[in-house]
Amino acid sequence: MTVRIQTADFDLSTEIAALRSGNLEVGAIVSFIGTVRDMNEGSQVNSMELEHYAGMTEKALADIIVEAKARWSIHEALVIHRIGKMLPGEQIVLVAVTGQHRGEAFSACEFIMDYLKTAAPFWKKEATPTGEHWVDARSTDDEAMARWRKK
Amino acid sequence: MKLQLRFFASLREGLGLSEELVSVPASVVTTTDLRAWLMQRGEVWAQLLNSERALRCAVNQHIAAENIALSDGDEVAFFPPVTGG
Repeated sequence: MTVRIQTADFDLSTEIAALRSGNLEVGAIVSFIGTVRDMNEGSQVNSMELEHYAGMTEKALADIIVEAKARWSIHEALVIHRIGKMLPGEQIVLVAVTGQHRGEAFSACEFIMDYLKTAAPFWKKEATPTGEHWVDARSTDDEAMARWRKK
Repeated sequence: MKLQLRFFASLREGLGLSEELVSVPASVVTTTDLRAWLMQRGEVWAQLLNSERALRCAVNQHIAAENIALSDGDEVAFFPPVTGG
């Protein structure tokens, strides 16, 4: 399990190579990358600033990975989340999961991302032509997360 | 009881404060008590910590989904709903 919070960008190929390295049981690798859009809710976005709660963020992400590993048969999971200032087009977050089969890896990757959106303490502030504002949480993210509640 | 307070994002900006060590009176027992006590500090505090605002609370870096009892030395954070990813 790897969790990294960093200001620097990341390279998908490098991260995937490290994640699967030396494990020939891996038959499936699923990854998700979130990027900065230049529009949000009808307004142009010039840049974005990401704040986090150092310490708690790492714990929350580690807990999410532990939960994913308990639910699905996967080998490894990686979360990289950037903080600081980013421009449209830049990568914000990477979630990558390796496993024996695709089904479990797809589910675990989506679960980690949905959980991250609602439980990891990060906050986005957008700079637009009319000024800066904090991004509001979306109810659709809560709904996405609710799908994973155990019945 | 001494508590380490932390504030993030719009709340941090609104209060102009990211962290503070406070000694709370004996009447402050839980996270809800703490929020109510902080609201008495003035207009800005009352406005930003109003119970109608959707704020999250974490105790010792774990989300406190419900009103929970506090202990001396706890780190208590208040912040708006998260928007990462």
